[in-house]
This record gives sequence, C-alpha cells and structure tokens, in this order.
Amino acid sequence: MAVRVRVQSEDFDTGKEVAALRGGNPRIGAIVSFIGVVRDLNDGDSVAEMTLEHYPGMTEKSIEDIISQARGRWDMMDALVIHRIGTLKPLDQIVLVVVTSAHRGDAFAACEFIMDYLKTRAPFWKKEQTGTGARWVDARATDDAAAERWRR
Amino acid sequence: MITLLYFARLREAFGLASEKLALPAAGSEGAATLEDVRAALATRGGAWAHELAAGRAFRAAVNQDIAGADTPVKDGDEVAFFPPVTGG
Repeated sequence: MAVRVRVQSEDFDTGKEVAALRGGNPRIGAIVSFIGVVRDLNDGDSVAEMTLEHYPGMTEKSIEDIISQARGRWDMMDALVIHRIGTLKPLDQIVLVVVTSAHRGDAFAACEFIMDYLKTRAPFWKKEQTGTGARWVDARATDDAAAERWRR
Repeated sequence: MITLLYFARLREAFGLASEKLALPAAGSEGAATLEDVRAALATRGGAWAHELAAGRAFRAAVNQDIAGADTPVKDGDEVAFFPPVTGG
C-alpha cells in the first residue's frame, strides 16, 4: 500500500500521476482527484502572484498522518498528495489529491477528508502580492468548520 | 538547549527564522512545557510580546507535531511557532 506525499516547486501532470498511482491494479474501481488552483481574486483584491512557504519535515509528516487517518476510516487503496511551494500565479495548479479505492463512496469521502484536513493541519502559508502590496493570507473560519465536521 | 523555528508572519515579525535557546525553567511543578517556552519568548517584548501574547492566533509544534500549551518540552526538542496554516 503506497503513500505518496510530495512537496515541490514544479508543476504536476494529473494524468501521469493518476496512471502511476493506479499502477495497473485491477482491484481499483474508483479514482477521485482534487486539484486546487490559484484564483486571481481573494477578499476583494486582485492577486498578481502568491508565494507558498512551508515547514520542511513537518509538512510531509502531517500529510502522511492525515492519509493514515483517512485509511482508518475508509476502504481506500492508495493516496497521493502533491503540494507546490514557491511563487505561483493565477491559473497555476497548487495542490493535487488522488485517492484510489474499490468503490466511489470511499474514494470521494477520503479525498474530501484529506483536503479538508490539509487546509487546517498541514503547515503551509500563503503570501499574496496584490495591488496594495504583499500580505499574509489569514486562515478562514470556513476551513476550520469543514475540517471540524469530520470529528466524531 | 532547544531549537526554535519561526515561520511566515512570525518569522518576518521577529526577523529570525531559527535560534537555539536554553530550555526555560518549568513555570510550575514538573517538566517544562510549551507554555514556559512561549512565556520566556514573550518577555523579550516588542514583536515577541505582541505575536506570542496569550489569546493571539498562533500555532506551535513540538518535534513536528501540533502541540498545546501543556505539551512537555525537553532538551534537544525542536519547537516551532507559526500562524494558523493557509495551504491548499
């Protein structure tokens, strides 16, 4: 059972990543992927570019922990998380989550869980460059609420 | 000694990404905690007092696990302070 977590500045090719994760495994019946991309507008201001900083070591550890929690809750096979760092512009891809499973229900739920937890637990920080200067993005209460609903 | 790491807004406010610090004395009985480290840093005043004030929105980790005020901290540990995360 593979767990793949990558933090990288390079872009990713979702088709290639899905094929690699799938690896010709005939027991997989469902593949769910989520791609986060950079918007050109945040909190009413246009964003020219953003820079992503992270905590090397803890980032990988926290995402692996999130994946193992998902594995404990749903019948999933493999998971892949790629998160980009460095400078990104609107339209750029920023994060990829892929989950494979025998059935779609588990794959959908596990993918959403991983993404919700990543938003509130993985140590990444965004700094936006807007027309009025650079600013650190504030954490959103809606992200906390999204992660909170998985608690039991 | 413990290793301290600061990220994002806190790194900029402190003008520092990392430092070594002698393990602060425990504020109450028993082993030193994350709260003892926070309190020791806050006594530096200025941005330290402001950003690490009780009630400010910051997070902390001990040895790369999210930690709370009562998490024990021992010699050789890696302690990080950072703002709430905003990835994804």
